[in-house]
Amino acid sequence: MTRSVTYFDAWRGRSLDEIFALCREMVEDPTYPTVKAWRERGGGVVGHFQVYFPEEIAHAAGMLPVKIRGGRTDGISVSQHFGSYLCSILKTSLDIALDKHIELDLFVTHPICDGARNLAGIWGRNFPYKAQVLHLPQNPNSAGAVEFLRHEYSRLADDIVAAGGKPVTAEALKHSLDVYNRSRHLMRDLYRIRREAPWKLAGDESFALVGMAGFLPREEFNLLLEAVLPMIESRPVRQQDKMRVVLEGGFCEVPPFDLLQAVSRSCHVVDDDLFIGLRWILEDVPTDGDPMANLAAAYIERSSYSAVQHDNDKPKERMLLERVGAAKAEAVILASAKMCEPGLDEQVAYSKALDAKKIPYFITEFEENQNTFDDISIQMETFVENIMFD
Amino acid sequence: MAVRDKSETERGMTAEAVQRHGSKSEDQDIVGRGSREGARLMRKWFSSLTEAARHDRKAAFVFVMGNMNEVLRCFDMPIVFPEVTALQTAVRGTSEDYLREAEDYGFSPDVCGYVKADIAMHLRGGEHPMGLIPKPALVVTTNACNTYFKWAEIWERLYEAPVVTIDVPNERAAHTRSVPGDENFKYELAYVTQQVKELISACERVTGKRFDIDKFREHLRHANTMSRYWKMLLALNQGTPAVFNALTDGLAYLGMANCFRATEEGAIYFKELYEEMEYRSRNGIGALTKKDGLDVPLEQRFRLGLLGVPCYPIFRGFSEFFSDWGGVFVISSYLKFASGGTSLGYEFDLDNPIESFAEGTLLTVRETQTGLLFDLPDIEDKLSPYRLDGIVYHGVKSCRTASSGLADRRYHTSEMLGLPTLLLESDIVDPRAVSKAQMKNRADAFFEGLIARQQRASTR
Repeated sequence: MTRSVTYFDAWRGRSLDEIFALCREMVEDPTYPTVKAWRERGGGVVGHFQVYFPEEIAHAAGMLPVKIRGGRTDGISVSQHFGSYLCSILKTSLDIALDKHIELDLFVTHPICDGARNLAGIWGRNFPYKAQVLHLPQNPNSAGAVEFLRHEYSRLADDIVAAGGKPVTAEALKHSLDVYNRSRHLMRDLYRIRREAPWKLAGDESFALVGMAGFLPREEFNLLLEAVLPMIESRPVRQQDKMRVVLEGGFCEVPPFDLLQAVSRSCHVVDDDLFIGLRWILEDVPTDGDPMANLAAAYIERSSYSAVQHDNDKPKERMLLERVGAAKAEAVILASAKMCEPGLDEQVAYSKALDAKKIPYFITEFEENQNTFDDISIQMETFVENIMFD
Repeated sequence: MAVRDKSETERGMTAEAVQRHGSKSEDQDIVGRGSREGARLMRKWFSSLTEAARHDRKAAFVFVMGNMNEVLRCFDMPIVFPEVTALQTAVRGTSEDYLREAEDYGFSPDVCGYVKADIAMHLRGGEHPMGLIPKPALVVTTNACNTYFKWAEIWERLYEAPVVTIDVPNERAAHTRSVPGDENFKYELAYVTQQVKELISACERVTGKRFDIDKFREHLRHANTMSRYWKMLLALNQGTPAVFNALTDGLAYLGMANCFRATEEGAIYFKELYEEMEYRSRNGIGALTKKDGLDVPLEQRFRLGLLGVPCYPIFRGFSEFFSDWGGVFVISSYLKFASGGTSLGYEFDLDNPIESFAEGTLLTVRETQTGLLFDLPDIEDKLSPYRLDGIVYHGVKSCRTASSGLADRRYHTSEMLGLPTLLLESDIVDPRAVSKAQMKNRADAFFEGLIARQQRASTR
């Protein structure tokens, strides 16, 4: 599939506010219009469920990697396929696929939680294409983990080829690493602005931009960020004195934009874990030597953290405290998707660690389909006032 | 409930058994032996943990799937199965107090009740309905359930106990498993073997003891005996009448399969249990149930399969939803996955113990996951060797591993295979998530459908 064709040009020539609005519209659209356009041009699509997926491999095979991360749906088609007690993202992701809003050539899920592990079986029963688990090592502390993952990535590459991709050559993969390294660099810049000048970029605006990486061809996403970052840097906005907070708990199911807006009205969200999978690898992946091995090593050794990865070297409370420190945050919002077992469990550990450090925090739950945000607005205002007048 | 004629077979006894049942003292010696001995040994196991706790002996904490007992027993640590102690709170009717205590500590009502019951035990100094649990010296977790990781991290925080993970690559897509000898299996096995060696090193560090390969071989030998008889035991229920109820009797066997794994007592128990059940199968003595304090044959009008987990807060009542209509669970997914894949009957090669143990771990733990995440062809099939009249799917809030796929599996079993199915939802430990009347209504409707189906079949 040629990458010279573009799928999202509407932002060109627009103001920053208009670009944010357009991106939000795209990210919120459960019908994935750009992915449809890609398919109509004969392109293959690899859908991958949250959190992390080595998109470079699909990219090197000429396929479009698309993050499957739920959305707002009516939930009718999926109603017979899931029971109660499950988070929304599992249901709405399948709902979108059952309604043919997105069509795939391969579906990949990950062993991130007990629900997500079931998706390969569920998807496999409902669609003709292959649905599988990519076994990202859950013992990253084992001396055998990187080598295992390197083989696992090769196995995945074979499956991508079987689903219609081109053979993944070392050269093609090196090129893809370059593209994604550029992308990682740009996203790091975006988050640097959030930390250094948060009044220039609200949490929901940043979320709209990063979300585009989940479905837009990565070269196009890079062009978008390359154009937008200078516009943000020179944004003519007055510095506001709001409380600096870190938002934690959006690593898989993401909160609605309106919720993020409600939070941003009261605080500067200076860092978060939204779409953390797209930003999982923290540094450039080396392109010399075996690129597949480099990508595998980066997953284990140069990566972020989340509630869905157990790693003895990355205790999550310590990692959160480091995030808070690096962002010079004054407080933390501990959010969790409803019925998200890892997120809810982690809230307990995080809150105990924050208590010990006397860092204020606000605990909340969200759901991607929620519609009212008055409560969260009032709660946030009260939270901020309590801290300010404490 | 419809009034029905009850043939002797439906009462769980063949005609031959009716003629001879009770006429031989052999029956009295052997029938029910497994239940009595199992209860005795489980009491002994709970007592041993209480003793360890009282003497402040530190334990290895493990989970039923991938419990690594063969290795851990080489280091003489008491072994705690938190799932087994947590379920006791529900069976003994005390779970709600434990759950509320954990929720007061900060845990959400929507997370696994086993975890919360266990945390409350620790907050109470290890107290549970059957005694005490010691503190952990070492935690061994596997990826067979993601909540295992969260659970292990909680103990790590409470006790600073080291956590060792055994990550077993599972089947990635339905019917695509690698097999010994192929390329994918090689790299999967290399990863598991490395982790087994790392576990041994961790045990040596924690206990200060050297790993004894001969002791390890002995444990493998006992585990082999248990696996062999476990597999044969499950196969016996393919016959009529079923010789045990997979839901109720099966629970006792599972306790033994886990808590006594890789021990001589466990090996003898399963050998003798199989002898009893084989005797009963040969003599047409089906599953028994307690009535007025006596063991009486369980009526066996409908042969059922169970996918999911039991409802411990109303354990007996849940069973009666089915037994009252003559439904007997002849097989369950629980007997497969909660035995850690022992149902595969894998036997370790004692001449090549470490590598063979790694291979067995890969194959058996993976077996649990295939059944949980994809399918169980010997249950979810019209040609099931268990000759099922219907399948009951029981999803619970506390176990998303076992429950997330059930509705979809049920949908496909009903729609594609035309098998009668029933989907129930409640919880494995939390009585607040159990709606007994609603569940009973659904079970009643299910049996009315089965009866109508039988009647239609008989008039054709």
